[in-house]
Amino acid sequence: GFLTAEEKGLVNGLWGKVNVDEVGGEALGRLLVVYPWTQRFFESFGDLSSADAIMSNAKVKAHGKKVLNSFSDGLKNIDDLKGAFAKLSELHCDKLHVDPENFRLLGNVLVCVLAHHFGHDFNPQVQAAFQKVVAGVANALAHKYH
Amino acid sequence: MVHFTAEEKAAVVSLWAKVNVELVGGEVLGRLLVVYPWTQRFFDNFGNLSSESAIMGNPKVKAHGKKVLTSFGNAVKHMDDLKDTFAELSELHCDKMHVDPENFKLLGNMILIVLATHFSKEFTPQVQAAWQKLTAAVANALAHRYH
Repeated sequence: GFLTAEEKGLVNGLWGKVNVDEVGGEALGRLLVVYPWTQRFFESFGDLSSADAIMSNAKVKAHGKKVLNSFSDGLKNIDDLKGAFAKLSELHCDKLHVDPENFRLLGNVLVCVLAHHFGHDFNPQVQAAFQKVVAGVANALAHKYH
Repeated sequence: MVHFTAEEKAAVVSLWAKVNVELVGGEVLGRLLVVYPWTQRFFDNFGNLSSESAIMGNPKVKAHGKKVLTSFGNAVKHMDDLKDTFAELSELHCDKMHVDPENFKLLGNMILIVLATHFSKEFTPQVQAAWQKLTAAVANALAHRYH
């Protein structure tokens, strides 16, 4: 399998405590703040003129929620991430034209947000398991690119 | 050359003032070795790296992590002049230590994550952005003398 039984336990244990809607909005918001060029994909979202504007933007929160719920669904199929994200991969390539590097950036931001929320509970083993997951999801999302 | 705004410099400096370099340095290097196990190859003489607890408790890892993060403190003092500040270290990492520069980005990411775990109030999006910019710039400066 993609993760060991122990890693699956660590990931599911942490994820069970995550407010997916809230963390989604925060992860997407921080992506747009920390890597400002990513704002280009969200020009229709209104005011992205400052960190505060971005973090409180209702469309950012709504879209972040959507993205992270999709990530959460993917976690249920951890041993077949490529299958789970095949359609989304095609969408991001064919319709949205998103450079797959951005999936890695979002993964990094998500790990930072989890670290921020959980503090020392986000210990090295939990971090290692999660970094494996976000890398796997990023690869799965890039898999159907052509 | 990377340009840091006054706000970005202030965000970096104010957080740095609160960092326990010894503690955070050890944790950053330890987590690098746990999360990216191939990086252990650079530290063969550090003794027991056989498990997460061995790595995180290893005194050589802690000492070297402190050394690395102390050096990073130089970056905070010379944010407008990173390439010159890290010129010698860049040559050292290339010529003597043969470290793939990709590892500097990995270490930079690790610094961000450890800061996030330690600073719940202070690690705002703006602070994260300023620190992400700094670690990326230091990684570039350390790669700059590679040949």
